[in-house]
Amino acid sequence: MISLEKRPMPSRTLSMATPIIAVIITMIAGGLLFVVLGKNPFEAIRTIFWDPLLGEYAFYYRPQLLVKAAPLVLIAIGLSLGFKAGIWNIGAEGQYIIGALCGAGVGLAFYPTESILIFPAMILAGALGGWAWAMIPALLKVKFGTNEILVSLMLVYVAEQLLASMSLGLLKNPEGMGFPGSRNLNDYPSANSWINEAAGLHWGMAFAFIAVIFAYVLLNRHILGFNIRLTGEAPRAARFSGVNPTRLILFCLGTSGALAGLAGLFEVSGPSGQVSIDFNIGYGFTAIIVAFLGRLHPVGILLAGLLMALTYIGGEIAQGNLGLPSAAIQVFQGMLLFFLLALDLLTNFRIRFAARGTA
Amino acid sequence: MKLTKLLTTAAVALGLATTAMASEKTKVGFVYVGPVGDGGWTYEHDQGRKAVVAEFGDEVETTYVESVPEGADAERVITQMALQGADLIFTTSFGYMDPTINVAKKFPDVKFEHATGYKTADNVSVYSARFYEGRAVQGHIAGRMTKSNVIGYIASFPIPEVIRGINSAYIHAKKVNPDIQFKIIWAYTWFDPAKEADAAKALIEQGADVILQHTDSTAPQAAAQAAGNVITFGQASDMSEYAPLPRVSSIIDNWAPYYIARTKAVMDGTWESTSTWDGIGAGMVGIGEISDAVPADVKAEALALKDSLASGEYHAFTGPLNKQDGSPWLAEGETADDGTLAGMNFYVEGIEAEIPN
Repeated sequence: MISLEKRPMPSRTLSMATPIIAVIITMIAGGLLFVVLGKNPFEAIRTIFWDPLLGEYAFYYRPQLLVKAAPLVLIAIGLSLGFKAGIWNIGAEGQYIIGALCGAGVGLAFYPTESILIFPAMILAGALGGWAWAMIPALLKVKFGTNEILVSLMLVYVAEQLLASMSLGLLKNPEGMGFPGSRNLNDYPSANSWINEAAGLHWGMAFAFIAVIFAYVLLNRHILGFNIRLTGEAPRAARFSGVNPTRLILFCLGTSGALAGLAGLFEVSGPSGQVSIDFNIGYGFTAIIVAFLGRLHPVGILLAGLLMALTYIGGEIAQGNLGLPSAAIQVFQGMLLFFLLALDLLTNFRIRFAARGTA
Repeated sequence: MKLTKLLTTAAVALGLATTAMASEKTKVGFVYVGPVGDGGWTYEHDQGRKAVVAEFGDEVETTYVESVPEGADAERVITQMALQGADLIFTTSFGYMDPTINVAKKFPDVKFEHATGYKTADNVSVYSARFYEGRAVQGHIAGRMTKSNVIGYIASFPIPEVIRGINSAYIHAKKVNPDIQFKIIWAYTWFDPAKEADAAKALIEQGADVILQHTDSTAPQAAAQAAGNVITFGQASDMSEYAPLPRVSSIIDNWAPYYIARTKAVMDGTWESTSTWDGIGAGMVGIGEISDAVPADVKAEALALKDSLASGEYHAFTGPLNKQDGSPWLAEGETADDGTLAGMNFYVEGIEAEIPN
């Protein structure tokens, strides 16, 4: 008989090891999937995990990994603070959109003036936009006890409508022949986030690294970080020790909103270049996966973001080179999360092969 | 800067390598916005790709990447194809315009073809189809077939192409039935079966017994079938699984002849940057079989209209036509120029709706 026995303390070793085990199991199960699809599994796995890092064209893909990972890490870091404290911001996608709209709006308002001050102003506007959008569920929760999961999620759809309206109206490129979408900020030197476009480096990456460091210091060295962890792990104890839940909710939702807004701003002023109806492609939701894949730990999130980016980029290469359907790649990514969550069981439980008799 | 140079050198080196090696094989890449199984827009582009394979066999090698989001991801996918030695790349969605232009700058030896855009370069062509010609035929059938005189229209995004379609359908429905009224719902999506089904149901509740769609899924067809006594038209692809009712005809995008011709041009070294806007005449827009649910006389009229559009004898936007606000647009016998059509942002007189802003 196999039975599960709760561990007195979650296993630290396994908590670190499970992501790696999950990746390995995903490779095996994914390999089987690729066999069923009639592809060489070793070639497929190599294409997904090896080619972007060390393959023939890795010089191009390596910076692209950062392009893809930067918004994921930036958003996931913010989300992880709240998640640790049991505050669930599911609407980062909306905050990402609003951050992009506010930031791009400020930039476009100055077009075609060139000034070194424009980009910093855009960064501020982007962060403020995301922050303000996250304040809606935060204030509603604090004042009326509404559920922040529902409110923040619903606001994503509101933000999407706003995005469509902006791309078709206020921010539409006046020289765009009536097509939706704003001017391309890549053609506006003062308002784009590239540090070195040819090398694929933009400010969003720098901010993502800074966010990782700040989050690490906050959680490990600051009383606020301690309160966040305490509230998540022992809410009653936190209340007795005088943690103010209102302030914590405002701080966590606000910070995650601001970081998501920043991610949106850096994306719209760099890799994406313009406000368009389809600007958002789910980074806000994928970041939730990244946050958990990274164990809500800042360094873990950084690695998880890079891993996620790797599966995206490797997946695209596999599609183009091996003719794998995009659905197969999505299944592959889904497997990763599935195995990770399944293995989580092992950190909290121990498997016992009981030799006990049936009586 | 250095990397750009490196990319270019790599591209040139590859270009040389491929010409040396692939005097036998021409590599053609396709970037799709949806899944190849969407049954509409992307499906038809992939049919075009398959036609290229069928035409040239071993002389070509095609690759595709599906469901590529517009923006940064598109730029990476296009770059990836160019890096790996594609000679010709078709980018099949409007939102790939700037990414295509950006990548084309880095790979001067690779040819690019962007669908439905307006930015060209020495190595970037644009191509699109005059779907509005098909809309004229649909409008005619719709005007003759409706009993409630309410025609529902599921629109995607308020861009010139969609507005052109609405105008063309309206003009030709009105011509055969002055009492008709258009109800337009903006779905703000190209492909979302749930939203499209909701839009169709809402239109049917408002009394529409004809549904035209400018979105790509078959969900409106299913909704019309469930409601009964409502007719529809296939969009982008034939959607013949819903024939003879509710689907009575369709507009089919037929990219195959164009894709074959452009691939041939690359093989022969005669490729040049062009802007192509073909209609029924050139075979880029097809009218799906008109089903038996349509009375014979209506069918004959529709086919006659199709033939006159194909021969160029009749233009779908022929005056006298006024804009919605009553101001004159085209005088008697005057036809619309392509520039106005390409950037069309107004309704014609008679449509009781506003273009959302």
